[in-house]
Amino acid sequence: MASGPTTGTSTTGGPDLVETPGGAQPGPKPAGVVEREFTVAVRSQRQMILRRFLNHRLAVASLIIFIALLMGSLIGGRLWHYGFADRTGDYSQPPSLKHPMGTDDIGHDVMALVFRGAQKSVQIALLVALLSTTIGTLVGAVAGFYRGRADALLMRFVDLVLTVPSLAILAVLASVVGSKAGGWFFVAIVLAGITWAPISRVVRGVFLSLREKEYVEAARALGANDRRIIFRHLLPNALGAIIVNATIVVAVAILTETALSYLGVGVQRPDTSLGLLISDGQGAAQTRPWLFYFPGLVIILIALTVNFIGDGLRDAFDPTQTRVRA
Amino acid sequence: MSRPLTSATADAHGGTAAPAAATAVGHEAGGDAVLRVTDLTVDFPTDDGVVHAVRGVSYALSPREVLGIVGESGSGKSVTSLAIIGLLPKTARITGSVRFRGEELIGLPDKDMRKVRGEQIAMIFQDPMTSLNPVYPIGWQIAEGIRAHHRDVSRAAARSRAVDLLALVGIPHPKERAANYPHEFSGGMRQRVVIALAMANDPDVIIADEPTTALDVTVQAQILETLQKAQQETSAAIVLITHDLGVVAGVADRVLVMYAGKPVELGSVDDVYYRPRMPYSIGLLGSLPRLDAVDQDRLTPIAGAPPSLINLPPGCPFSPRCPLRQGVCDDEEPALRQTDGQAHYAACHFSHTLESEDGVPEGLFSATSADFSGPIAIMPPTGAVAPTEGPQS
Amino acid sequence: MTATAEQPASTAIGTEPVLSVRDLVKHFPITSRGVIRRKIGDIHAVCGVSFDLYPRETLGLVGESGCGKSTTGRTVLQLQPATSGSVVFQGQELTDKSSKQMRSVRRDLQIVFQDPYASLNPRMTVNDIVAEPLRIHGLHDKHSGDKMRELFRLVGLNPEHGNRYPHEFSGGQRQRIGIARALALEPKALILDEPVSALDVSIQAGVVNLLEELQDRLGLAYLFIAHDLSVVRHIADRVAVMYLGKIVELADRPELFDRPAHPYTQALMSAIPIPDPVKERERRRIVIRGDVPSPASPPSGCRFRTRCPKFANQLSEGERERCVEEEPALIERGQGHPAACHYAAVEKVL
Repeated sequence: MASGPTTGTSTTGGPDLVETPGGAQPGPKPAGVVEREFTVAVRSQRQMILRRFLNHRLAVASLIIFIALLMGSLIGGRLWHYGFADRTGDYSQPPSLKHPMGTDDIGHDVMALVFRGAQKSVQIALLVALLSTTIGTLVGAVAGFYRGRADALLMRFVDLVLTVPSLAILAVLASVVGSKAGGWFFVAIVLAGITWAPISRVVRGVFLSLREKEYVEAARALGANDRRIIFRHLLPNALGAIIVNATIVVAVAILTETALSYLGVGVQRPDTSLGLLISDGQGAAQTRPWLFYFPGLVIILIALTVNFIGDGLRDAFDPTQTRVRA
Repeated sequence: MSRPLTSATADAHGGTAAPAAATAVGHEAGGDAVLRVTDLTVDFPTDDGVVHAVRGVSYALSPREVLGIVGESGSGKSVTSLAIIGLLPKTARITGSVRFRGEELIGLPDKDMRKVRGEQIAMIFQDPMTSLNPVYPIGWQIAEGIRAHHRDVSRAAARSRAVDLLALVGIPHPKERAANYPHEFSGGMRQRVVIALAMANDPDVIIADEPTTALDVTVQAQILETLQKAQQETSAAIVLITHDLGVVAGVADRVLVMYAGKPVELGSVDDVYYRPRMPYSIGLLGSLPRLDAVDQDRLTPIAGAPPSLINLPPGCPFSPRCPLRQGVCDDEEPALRQTDGQAHYAACHFSHTLESEDGVPEGLFSATSADFSGPIAIMPPTGAVAPTEGPQS
Repeated sequence: MTATAEQPASTAIGTEPVLSVRDLVKHFPITSRGVIRRKIGDIHAVCGVSFDLYPRETLGLVGESGCGKSTTGRTVLQLQPATSGSVVFQGQELTDKSSKQMRSVRRDLQIVFQDPYASLNPRMTVNDIVAEPLRIHGLHDKHSGDKMRELFRLVGLNPEHGNRYPHEFSGGQRQRIGIARALALEPKALILDEPVSALDVSIQAGVVNLLEELQDRLGLAYLFIAHDLSVVRHIADRVAVMYLGKIVELADRPELFDRPAHPYTQALMSAIPIPDPVKERERRRIVIRGDVPSPASPPSGCRFRTRCPKFANQLSEGERERCVEEEPALIERGQGHPAACHYAAVEKVL
């Protein structure tokens, strides 16, 4: 009675297939014993993640805005007929057709400054995310996989990093070395120095739970070595959590860079960043609001959109998240 | 479990040839049914389409009767009960009627439903922690359960009744144990506490959803015994939902077999177990390895897997796995009709061909080990299987 | 091997066991919470388990949750180091092998896990999952494709579906994938850790049949770990019943089911519901009270005495003393097969 030659291939297939609401199982259905109500169908992992992400309207809108901002600052900066260092000869002009965001008191076009600032800020944030995710994943993976002494040692160090008033220390550090080493690159490294710690904790937690999975035990029973288990079994399954946290770091990095620049120890002139622009513009918030509000708006937009993207990614990678949006 | 207390009261008039006729068992039962479910359907809209979790369930529960509902994963047996007591999420679309002593429960406002729940219909879940609050002592919780429905009962009286109930369900040293918290009990003891909680307000119906599935067999035996005691004490009718045909055989008066969201067979335990008239029930009984079988040959599995509950094709949902399948099975869904027995119903176009058989027909299913059905359109929602799992899908 | 002398009742007398376990002990430390973790006790998960597994036979290892049956399986495989005792597989002592040395052993001794949803990596295709053992052991080459197809057919799956992911398959099919993975290295013995208990009944039967068929075709030895005596009765040649870390009774299948001698075995059998209404109604049930005691502090003497119906109802005060003070050995006391009860007596339950 095996369903003959029609073997299944036809029943599966593309994304038109189905799955069921985790939410349709109300409380009373505890962790799985034999019983499983509902049936679900097939879709590749990637399709499911993408689909869940696309279902998150806010995240999708945020992604679009974020990409627009990014492209705008990269391309716009080049196309715009003022450079960020150009002096236009118009001083402290309010927004006009010629200067859509106005000019500052020494004649810089604010739009050009914002383009440049956003570009720098995002550049820093992405580099920070890359660095801190790499370090954090490495530390967390080693701690979570090997446990015991390595774990205790690494995690105490992480605690230390988390407990010191990092911003103050960074400010000191940046003011001592920062101006010499100069440039956004150094700021990024400094920021990565504090943002990796929470990531390592998350990754450790994920690794701790994943290493107890039966498929890891199965791999061990087959004779797999540690490297294989980490790279074939643990990392791919931890990827969701890692990506989500990377997006959070992006938002944190942008805000922290702003704070550093505001304190005057971030990006150094003549280059600029959104934080620097705000710190310059704060005194003028009452008299020449455009100097303050335009860069501020862009910061808020970036931080918000990145956070929402992170939200969407978290939902997309988490199969227990609501699938019903009725 | 006081059997057979009342003869099965359900009746059917589903014998018409109307395609995919709604099952209509239970309409004509006498006025004494304590719970009457008629054409209950539950749909869940999902982003992939509508899941038809329950597709027309009807039954009438007589007072003091034990009705076993059996079925595999996805058969809709649990959803049916959750719909009855109004515990489905708001996204669920429910139609049909559930009458408790004549009072319609579907569409009842939350406030009134809460009164019914616990006081008249009590629920016991697979995981006792569903019903227990981890931060209160169990004695307090039972007493509160009583006082929630009977404000006039004094605290002291409620507390002493709680201790009595705990003693009744076999908790040793009930007086002392009443002050303990749920985590201080073992799984089996917790389930006893839940049974005490269910008995607290002397309900007319107790719905037990896989009450012993998470427990070891020796503990299961204790819990089933306790459940029977609870029934004697409260004279409640019990709906026992389980996947274990053995459990039902021991404690139920009548059995309802569900498949793909619909009842496919209903009858007294003896009818269903000794004279099954629906190929799925036959297959289910034949696929069990049995403790009492001396030298069983190969088991006879039912090939394939249950269908997806989204976009069900027309016709009998069991037909792809059915050895009796013919053309009509793919066109028309059979209604639940009376077979040879007085109160024995089966949903199969060919149940009459099985009627001559006394005992479970043999040789209907083959003793295969193969499963060539390929990746199929079913799997449980991973979230439900292991809610705590990480980014796995 | 060496110690077969104490190994009783065997269907395959005369052949060498493929796996010999002697006095296997596995304790898990309980540590205090806090910064400095001190060991404050032990979970006695497995306490001196001995058995032999012969070629082509199925030994059922039965018990309730927490009795140490799964830990036994994992410790035999050296997935967890044994606290003491010996595990001899094909003449080699496994307990003192390093994980590198174990690798060659693993080709011949494999495991199938209980939960087909957890035991397959969700991010790997089924092909990759089944090929993983070949890759690990450096056996993956251009002929592997044929081998994979053969494996898929062997376990009753369509080879064309190899590039799918595990979640696209039903529970029964996933368990078949797990079996294919275990068979890829052509082992001599399989440890089956509750291979069907997570499956729906109608699907369970197909997997049980498959396991029986594979044993016939490939001459495998199975250590079949289960809590369900019905399945064990169907598939096992010999059965060992475990309670709280110890084997309490060990016998050939017909012997055990017809003439159970240990009160726990009798209670266990009588507690399992039979899908037969008349039989169920007429059955006498030995309901045992209470729960399994904590394996952190097992009772003195006989571990079952705290729940034992015989201890509670039939024994005299003097007889009970022996249960409390002296641990019963797993030996024959005239009932035809070994049972760990001072007062073992055959009683027909079914």
